[in-house]
Amino acid sequence: MSNTSVAAKKPPLFHIVGRGRGQLPFYQAWGIRLGAFALALILNAVFVYLVVGVDPITFYQTMLKGAFGKGFLWPTIKTSAKLLCIAVALAPAFKMRFWNIGAEGQVLVGGIAAAVVMFYFSDLPAVVILLLMMIVSLVAGALWGVIPAFFKAKMNVNETLFTLMMNYIAMNLVNFFYDLWKGPKTALGKINQSTHAGWLSSLWEKRDANGYLIRGEESLFTNSDFWFVVIICVVAVLMYFYLKYTKQGYEIAVVGESSNTARYAGISVKKVILRTMILSGAICGLCGFLVVSAQSNTVSVSMAGGYGFTAIIVAWLSKFNTFTMAGVSVLIVALEQGAAQMANEYNFMGFSVAAADVMIGIMLLFIVGSEFFIHYKVMFRKSSKEVAAV
Amino acid sequence: MMDILVSWLQQGFKFAGFLALAALGEMIIEKSGSLNLGTPGTMCVGAASGFISVFLYANSVAAPNPLVLILLALTVAFLSAMLMGLVFGFFTVTLRINQNVIGLIMTIFGTGLAKFLSDFFVKTESGNARCQAAFEVFTAKIPFLSDSLGIVSKVLFNYGFLFYLTIVIAIGAWLFFKKTRTGLNLRAVGENPATADAAGISVTRYKYLASCIGSGLVGVAGIFCTMEFKSGAWAVADIDSIEAFGWLAVALVIFALWKPINLLWGSLVFSICYWAYMYLPQMLGITVSDDLAQMLPYIITILVLIVINLRKSRENQGPAALGLAYFREER
Repeated sequence: MSNTSVAAKKPPLFHIVGRGRGQLPFYQAWGIRLGAFALALILNAVFVYLVVGVDPITFYQTMLKGAFGKGFLWPTIKTSAKLLCIAVALAPAFKMRFWNIGAEGQVLVGGIAAAVVMFYFSDLPAVVILLLMMIVSLVAGALWGVIPAFFKAKMNVNETLFTLMMNYIAMNLVNFFYDLWKGPKTALGKINQSTHAGWLSSLWEKRDANGYLIRGEESLFTNSDFWFVVIICVVAVLMYFYLKYTKQGYEIAVVGESSNTARYAGISVKKVILRTMILSGAICGLCGFLVVSAQSNTVSVSMAGGYGFTAIIVAWLSKFNTFTMAGVSVLIVALEQGAAQMANEYNFMGFSVAAADVMIGIMLLFIVGSEFFIHYKVMFRKSSKEVAAV
Repeated sequence: MMDILVSWLQQGFKFAGFLALAALGEMIIEKSGSLNLGTPGTMCVGAASGFISVFLYANSVAAPNPLVLILLALTVAFLSAMLMGLVFGFFTVTLRINQNVIGLIMTIFGTGLAKFLSDFFVKTESGNARCQAAFEVFTAKIPFLSDSLGIVSKVLFNYGFLFYLTIVIAIGAWLFFKKTRTGLNLRAVGENPATADAAGISVTRYKYLASCIGSGLVGVAGIFCTMEFKSGAWAVADIDSIEAFGWLAVALVIFALWKPINLLWGSLVFSICYWAYMYLPQMLGITVSDDLAQMLPYIITILVLIVINLRKSRENQGPAALGLAYFREER
């Protein structure tokens, strides 16, 4: 055989082989993920060093301070909780392989529904108005989620594009109410600023005969943010058990694996799609309610803060495990808060808040990219010596 | 009355131009079977890098050369956006990661990068900037046609060269998809990659090229938006509106039923709806909420999505393998 014919049939430099199911042990998979995480940290440090000339140690010290330092820890926790809540809402939909890109919109309609009750029914007793707000938020979110699900189940309309469009309808709806309520003022401000009707804090606030607030003792239990975080953690834990240990959770998994298998097994795929999206949308709606009643006390399009999109990545990355989601949420928010602190201290050197998104983007690309090396291995062409040895 | 109608149409055409170009870029990517949700981010990167390059150039020389301005803005916008497309291609095609996930990351990354670059390079006191020299060359009107045909001139010949280039590219894309072998291959990859692969078409190469070229066009649409629609003015806050326009372009692809020619009138329908709230009150005395009017394009798009699924005509559907990854070993 001549050399030229061998060269002509030379196999490609490398080829990619699937690892199949569960071939990679648990610790190796996490080793790969941690490696990607470390690489992203290094790349971010290089980026910051090249751009603003801050050395990596100072950089990460500042980042850590901004994310977990004194006075910074609480904002990180409550913002992570918001992101976690949306990711938890998306978990059942994604497990079913239903691409719900519409979380942003579902949170917004939940929030606006709560605000409508808050605005127009401010005379109701505190408990009643809050309950009513919660119910309409859940319904609004569920409705926003179930509309695309209905068309997916009935006519197989592409849910990615449908839910994406629903976001912008919701955004314009929020803007509409915002402008309506704002009137000639420059900004809306907090709703029911004087009466606190519909604020979560109105549950424990005490007022004197003239209606003035009495400053009571401040404790964790009279802190809206605390309850915000607690409620979301409870929802996350419940979702974990729902997906893992209930019949409905199992049905979601079967539909996600193969809708044909589900059909043969006697599962009504349409029913599961509708039910799951009602649940997914309702939890997004709950997030909207919590943000309006416990955090912002007002509405704006930035209510969900773009987390409706970020949460998609969080949910996908965490493989529907709500505890992993909590970790990823904290990581992303910590990067954001840390970068905000960097921008605060090094703005004069050209480091702006926007760098946060650049760093988050790099981080996410690396971590998401590492999934490839968990699921596939790259086989390089054997050198001619090895071939000869075989 | 007539004046208002004319300025409504002018606004509509200005807006439709870059929207159609961005949608065209996204359409080319979607034809290869990739749903690139990174389009808004890509558009922001194109706009920011293109603007920054001409801004720095125009500020560094006394008399900027018009040709250099054009070439610089277009090349930088195209190449930077192409890099975004390359990253998208690498992660979705080579690393086989879910397209939606990578697309959304690219949008987060792209808008962040655009804002960061803008903060870093455009240092004016108010944060606003303008590049008059570039604005003039980008919106230079066609002589004769733009002033001597009365109302036709005002409505149809009142825009810079990119507007007409977009029409040419859209027709070119239509011919490319319909009449050329490469176009047919590209569509085959988007419809059924396994069959295309079996027929000897390199799925990987087509997906990469579509992603790079399509993204490049999206980037040019970004600088187009800045120069024509925003009149050469720039502020960091503009990036948020460019992102919103990017999503509108994604919607427009569906509205146009994945056909380049439909983009030409479809984009106009979108922009006429989008800006109706500004002109209807003066024309008919009806007050329209801007927020509700701007909802219209999205509602129409949803209706189109439903109707094409109802009619089940395969002619008007999107690429069959849209959004699905293709791995040769797993088919």
